[in-house]
Amino acid sequence: MLNGLLGEKIGMTHIYSEEGVIVPVTLIKAGPCNILQIKILEKDGYSAVQLGYGDKKMKRAKKPEIGHAAKASLAPSRFVREVKPDADADIKHGQAVTLDIFDDVKMVDIAGISKGKGFAGVMKRWGMKGGPETHGSTRHRSPGSIGAGTDPGRVIRGKRMPGRLGGERVTVKNLEVVKVDKNKNILFVKGAVPGHKGSYLIIKKVV
Amino acid sequence: MNIIDAIEKEHMKTEIPKYSVGDQVSVSIRIKEGEKERTQVFNGLVIAKNGGGIQETFTVRRIVQGEGVERVFPIHSPKVLDVKVKKSGKVRRAKLYYMRERTSKGIRLKEKRIDNKET
Repeated sequence: MLNGLLGEKIGMTHIYSEEGVIVPVTLIKAGPCNILQIKILEKDGYSAVQLGYGDKKMKRAKKPEIGHAAKASLAPSRFVREVKPDADADIKHGQAVTLDIFDDVKMVDIAGISKGKGFAGVMKRWGMKGGPETHGSTRHRSPGSIGAGTDPGRVIRGKRMPGRLGGERVTVKNLEVVKVDKNKNILFVKGAVPGHKGSYLIIKKVV
Repeated sequence: MNIIDAIEKEHMKTEIPKYSVGDQVSVSIRIKEGEKERTQVFNGLVIAKNGGGIQETFTVRRIVQGEGVERVFPIHSPKVLDVKVKKSGKVRRAKLYYMRERTSKGIRLKEKRIDNKET
């Protein structure tokens, strides 16, 4: 009925498949989410469902947030994002959405905020090769030449240089759903997902 | 309890055979050949145990036609059916990597004296 769900990264481990192959999995606490608002084409210009994940402490919530959640007779949520509903979906305000929407879904896309790496050099940030470590070299991890000389007399815009790395939104596509534990609301996906443990994620069905 | 620990516990074998470093063991492994399934036995000496929980593995070493062969088995893998301890050696190390330098007579270990037959 919805094309996505909100969740939280728990961490990684591995499990064995029936053939005894080790499958690296990320555990994601997905849902239950509450429907805070339903946006419709006629009124809002586009159709979407606003989901909230996790309870926010009342004293931490701002008054507009409390009021917004109260319209759906809910408490304010910690993580609020929009997902798309199916055309004929039967949804209403305040309804809880669980992992049931991932029944017979084999692949998902997962978006989150990647781990912040701070100020990183070009080898880590852009995968440049750097210079030789030995043979008299002093250019170990530097980028080398960043352009021509007097002509053009400037560095071209967009030149890959050191700078802040990570801490931005990253989407990992086509992650295999290994298992769905509905009692514990835990989703098992094969491979890694962005962010540190406890960071919020948006899980979407692969189109 | 930590969620990861709880999930790992669900996927772990409930009973794993007791074995330790220095044991002569025979490991039964499930092997799939096309459609047929059969059990293969790998005999040798446990020279190391690594990891914990669901990640736990052990290394078994044996000499085949004068050539040392080592295999690493994940103890919780469904492929590893059984580990039978044939002899327990008396060892003073957790990792018996020095066995790799030893040949013929040197690979024999003193047997552990078992006072309590129950264990």
